[in-house]
Amino acid sequence: MSYATRNRFSNFMAIAMLTALLLLMLGPLLMILLNSFKSEPEYLTRGPLALPLTWSLDSIRLAWNRINYPTVLGNSLYISLLSSLLAIVISLFNAYAMGIGKVRGATFFLIFFIIAITLPGEALIYPQYYLFKWAGLYDTRLAVIVILATLNSAFGTYLLTSVFRAFPRELVEAAMIDGAGPFTLLWRMVVPIALPSLSVLFVFFFIWTFNEFFLALIFLVSNSKQTVPLAIALTKSERGVVITMQSASSMLGIIPCILFFVLFQRTLTRGVTAGSIK
Amino acid sequence: MAARSSTGINRGYGWYLIPGLVLFTLFIFAPFVANIVVSFTRWSGIGMPTWIGLANYQKAITDTTFWLSFRNNLSLIVAMTVIPTLLGLFLAAFLFDWVAPRVGSGAASFFRAAYYVPQVIPVVVAAVVWRWMYQPDWGVINYLLGMVGLEAWQQNWLGDKTTAMPAVMAVMVWIQLGYPLVIFMAGLQRIDPEMYEAAALDGATWFRRFRSITVWLLMPEIFVVVLTTMIHALKVFAPIYAMTTGGPGNATIVAAYFSYKNFFERSQVGYGAAVATVLTTVILIVAVLQVRYQTQQESWEG
Repeated sequence: MSYATRNRFSNFMAIAMLTALLLLMLGPLLMILLNSFKSEPEYLTRGPLALPLTWSLDSIRLAWNRINYPTVLGNSLYISLLSSLLAIVISLFNAYAMGIGKVRGATFFLIFFIIAITLPGEALIYPQYYLFKWAGLYDTRLAVIVILATLNSAFGTYLLTSVFRAFPRELVEAAMIDGAGPFTLLWRMVVPIALPSLSVLFVFFFIWTFNEFFLALIFLVSNSKQTVPLAIALTKSERGVVITMQSASSMLGIIPCILFFVLFQRTLTRGVTAGSIK
Repeated sequence: MAARSSTGINRGYGWYLIPGLVLFTLFIFAPFVANIVVSFTRWSGIGMPTWIGLANYQKAITDTTFWLSFRNNLSLIVAMTVIPTLLGLFLAAFLFDWVAPRVGSGAASFFRAAYYVPQVIPVVVAAVVWRWMYQPDWGVINYLLGMVGLEAWQQNWLGDKTTAMPAVMAVMVWIQLGYPLVIFMAGLQRIDPEMYEAAALDGATWFRRFRSITVWLLMPEIFVVVLTTMIHALKVFAPIYAMTTGGPGNATIVAAYFSYKNFFERSQVGYGAAVATVLTTVILIVAVLQVRYQTQQESWEG
């Protein structure tokens, strides 16, 4: 074999291997996509790999109604939006006090917040459940919104505090000498400068909240309050449940996330590779 | 002057901590302490708890399900930390110094993005997708095996004690692989290509370069990936809930799910709290290692 052919051959082998892995990684999602457009009889007679004879929307319609998609999607968006906004405000306030204000005991509080990030949900869930039952706020979206906002703000505080500590002191002191109070300083100077960090944080909070499962499972028991991941997890995969409806409901859970990913790809990859996020 | 301006600057900022501290105390700190207190009691969730000291922890030591759940967490560390880190290292190096220069950097970023897709969908939805594929009668996996004449290999993947845990592990590898890959490929941007060329001229094989340049330079990333994914593996709940509910028997039970089961299905709240406290302790040990490593890194850099 000449050098050039050998080179071409090994290039071919490399691409073949990577493509095989590609099929393994994307195959399950392709299967979901393909079979969502079939009817169950067609799935059973022609198998999961065949292209649909007629592209039918029946399975998707079935799943759409069964999980009550508009409602659960609305719940997910509502919870994610409000929870992320609240988490941003709390993170900003905490980080402002500790990073710019350098209040006494800041390091001590920071350690607190870092520990909170790593705690497993199970170590908090029963008292949280008990507390919200006691307060009459069990089975409300508010419960999930405030708990997730508090948990996410622990991470936000940690991240923003390190951003604010690197803030030029001269700017802060100059503004103080000009007579700016803490609120003016925050609103007129810190927020505009920190806006890029805040928007990255917001995207992360939004997606984490959208994908969250455990708290939704514990707190949202009525069908009308469920979120998308919860509603999909609760559709059973047993005999008697239409096979292609199951794949269609998974597809409905995947689509919004793929959309977020495409929309915020730059923000997300920057955040993930920054190392500390996720 | 300096002293006056610094006290002036510190005044009035404490107020901003109040909303955060109130929420934190109410929803994290108090529940955390309450959970530890409950772990020393017998309680069904109704009425008053009875103080029983360390009895729940003593029970755990002799409870085979307790040990099994943590052993399954170890299997998940293999599936979510060990395999994705090793595979991710090879793939990242391969895409970076083989595919990118010979086939094109567009191809390398295409494969990276495609392998990352499972990371984008909610974990619980990924688990539902695989539960659908593992279905014994009509699932895709058994269909494919039948198609290539391997009927003998067909299994009730999630319903059989011997295959359930490996089947769950395979799903976790599938979900996790993209994470280390993206981190490692970003880290590789630091590597000077000339170092590689020089090593190649000296006659170093690809594998030798991989071991002594790539892996060595990626050490900070490897450490971050290993510790964060270990914490993720210890916290796993949703995939187990969606795929097996810990079964068949207790074949796929993990600590988080075992604790949940005691809280909400068996009304053994005290015991569930004890399991959660042990899990928290294990996770905090891993987290402390991570923080210590990171501060060490910062002090090297600074």
